[in-house]
Amino acid sequence: MDFDLTEEQSILKDSLDRLLTDKYGFEDRKRHMAAPEGWSAQMWASYAEMGLMALPFAEADGGLGGTPVETMIVLESLGRALALEPYFPTVVLGGSFLRFGGNDDQRAEYIPAVADGSLKLALAQVERNSRYDLHHVETTAAKDGEGYVLNGQKSVVMHGDSADKLFVTARTAGGSRDEAGIGVFLVDAGTDGVSVRGYPTQDGARAAEVTFDNVKVGANDVFGDPENGLPLVRRVVDAGIAALAAESVGVMSAMHALTVDYLKVRKQFGVSIGQFQVLQHAAVDMFVAIEQARSITLYATMMADSEDENERGRAMHAAKAEIGRGGRLCGENAIQLHGGVGMTMEYAVGHYFKRMTMIDTTFGDGDHHLHLLSAGGGLFAAA
Amino acid sequence: MDLRYTPEELAFRDEVRAFLKENLPEDVRQRLDNGEYGNKEDLVNWSRILNQKGWAVPHWPEKYGGTGWDPMRQYIFLEETQKWPAPQPLAFGVNMVGPVIYTFGNEAQKARYLPRIANLDDWWCQGFSEPGAGSDLASLKTRAVRDGDHYIVNGQKTWTTLAQYADWIFCLVRTDTQVKKQEGISFLLIDMKTPGIEVRPIVTIDGGREVNEVFLTDVRVPVENLVGEENKGWDYAKFLLGNERTNIARVGMSKQRIARIRELAGKEMSRGRPLIEDPRFLEKLTAVEIELKALELTQLRVVAADAKRGNTGRPDPASSILKIKGSEIQQATTHLLMQVMGPHALPYHDHDIEGSNMPPIEPDYAATAAPSYFNYRKVSIYGGSNEIQKNIIAKAVLGL
Repeated sequence: MDFDLTEEQSILKDSLDRLLTDKYGFEDRKRHMAAPEGWSAQMWASYAEMGLMALPFAEADGGLGGTPVETMIVLESLGRALALEPYFPTVVLGGSFLRFGGNDDQRAEYIPAVADGSLKLALAQVERNSRYDLHHVETTAAKDGEGYVLNGQKSVVMHGDSADKLFVTARTAGGSRDEAGIGVFLVDAGTDGVSVRGYPTQDGARAAEVTFDNVKVGANDVFGDPENGLPLVRRVVDAGIAALAAESVGVMSAMHALTVDYLKVRKQFGVSIGQFQVLQHAAVDMFVAIEQARSITLYATMMADSEDENERGRAMHAAKAEIGRGGRLCGENAIQLHGGVGMTMEYAVGHYFKRMTMIDTTFGDGDHHLHLLSAGGGLFAAA
Repeated sequence: MDLRYTPEELAFRDEVRAFLKENLPEDVRQRLDNGEYGNKEDLVNWSRILNQKGWAVPHWPEKYGGTGWDPMRQYIFLEETQKWPAPQPLAFGVNMVGPVIYTFGNEAQKARYLPRIANLDDWWCQGFSEPGAGSDLASLKTRAVRDGDHYIVNGQKTWTTLAQYADWIFCLVRTDTQVKKQEGISFLLIDMKTPGIEVRPIVTIDGGREVNEVFLTDVRVPVENLVGEENKGWDYAKFLLGNERTNIARVGMSKQRIARIRELAGKEMSRGRPLIEDPRFLEKLTAVEIELKALELTQLRVVAADAKRGNTGRPDPASSILKIKGSEIQQATTHLLMQVMGPHALPYHDHDIEGSNMPPIEPDYAATAAPSYFNYRKVSIYGGSNEIQKNIIAKAVLGL
């Protein structure tokens, strides 16, 4: 067992942290958010230049051959900066579809474009009635010659308004809650019949409602088995959950650092408020939650590329539940310990709290995953 | 980064399991699995079996009987013996006074005490807490006054675990009253057979007779029983308490208890179905499992960091997390186990009632559930209460 980063991984972490420290302060972020797309094209170009977009792909496909550990490093750093760019939907989610579901032609066509930063992707999976069930799909994909015709509506597609292409889950057979009969299709956002309505989200990022009205997709836009795509979707979402856990560690650490600094400088009753034991202990509760989150993130990261769906799923349920619990504890305490200033839009800590809160509602909140894990026999029983 | 055990570590784990299977009597294992308190005879026998194998004091330096295992192997050994479950070594000897003696003691003390600790020939107990010195340990009042080649010790120790079995007690005593309270403390080894020592039991809320008061009246202790230097005892005590924290997470023990909860919740019925099928109960249990999994990795991170830094004897202050989370999880599991028993947790089984030859009240496996829950309230109090651990983190890690 070895917890150390390799030299290359340490370099990656240091250089990304340095870039974000220089270019992604809280005031910079406000400026990036005000851009028409809601994020910084210049930062996106810098990430591409650093090789972040090529990171998880196999060298044979034009990538850098990174492991889930590299993704963990990147997401933790992006989390600490509250970075707004569509790295998660493009490289983590979209990239995972390409890696796990793409055939030779598809990988050859799309991976180089993701790797150089020119292609942005998103996942259109959530629907009005699906809540957190990946298998609840009402959007249909009807066979049409060699290809398919898509009809339906997808909700809160993260960075859907920036995406050049969308991975879409759609039903090729069965009822809306059947596990079989779900396909994954890559749809160009400019295709006739695709309409995208973008909007800001609570955490300052962007999302979109996307409607598919008789959208034609070709046979080579199908990823994996169109009759049984759910295992692929689960695998991608599991990779996403591991990455969100890493991002959460960054978010939680940053808001804890802000909070501890504030306890040291804020004076009341003639002393810094950090001298009050009740506030110290609240800050320690946050610290404990962060270390536990970091530990469970390592576990999720270790399992993120596992092909054993059950084992991998258990790790992700555990991670998402722990992040949900610890993230809320951390966020609510961060606001409370700041007092009134923590409530203000112009101060950073509230934005970390909001990002943490929105992570919990992405791919299933803590209660959802606790339920799935316990219904599946728990974490140790099957081990 | 690779969080899997190496093939060598897995082979070692199998070796430990095979040894346990071969050497630990099944009746001892069952008593522990059932949540009964360990008894002296079982622990002495098991300690000698371990010592025969050379595994009684794995973490000690090799020249004093240690195994030379790296921290990961030590962790695997600890986890496997806790999960089995096997009797846990008497901490007061192997984890507390032993390391103090080999780190700060003289050669004569090492030769005299260490082999007898490893073989559990001497049962040690801890004379730290006093009625007026709990979390504020340094305010202790037990006095030791030099008289020729002896110290005369007067005072009272309390919460002394298993002192009724003890051959020796290691004591913090005040040897200078004129200086700052931390600077006038010495570390003495005292033979429990010395005249003037009286042990009185304190019955705890679970009905257990685990802790005691120890009264010391004009107890004559040879000066050769002073460890290290006079008035440096507080340093040795801090060293000892730091060692205590690293083993306190008890991940293996909590895993064993969770397995027990699952087993018994499959037998106990709730609303006509086995309790283990109740979604609310299951979610509570699963939430504890998740915390435990995270704690296990936190523990391994501390172990790995210790290994890298070399054993300085000064644990990472972050190891206070292990105490806080470890005790919370132990308490949560004892509570869940009691809940499993439902109304059958109610009967109070006093094994000390003389002349009682009635059959046990059924189910017999329920008898320890409530007492364990009551007893385990102690784990967030001893070893530096959880609030003290939070003070340590606030100061040493957060800089508050």
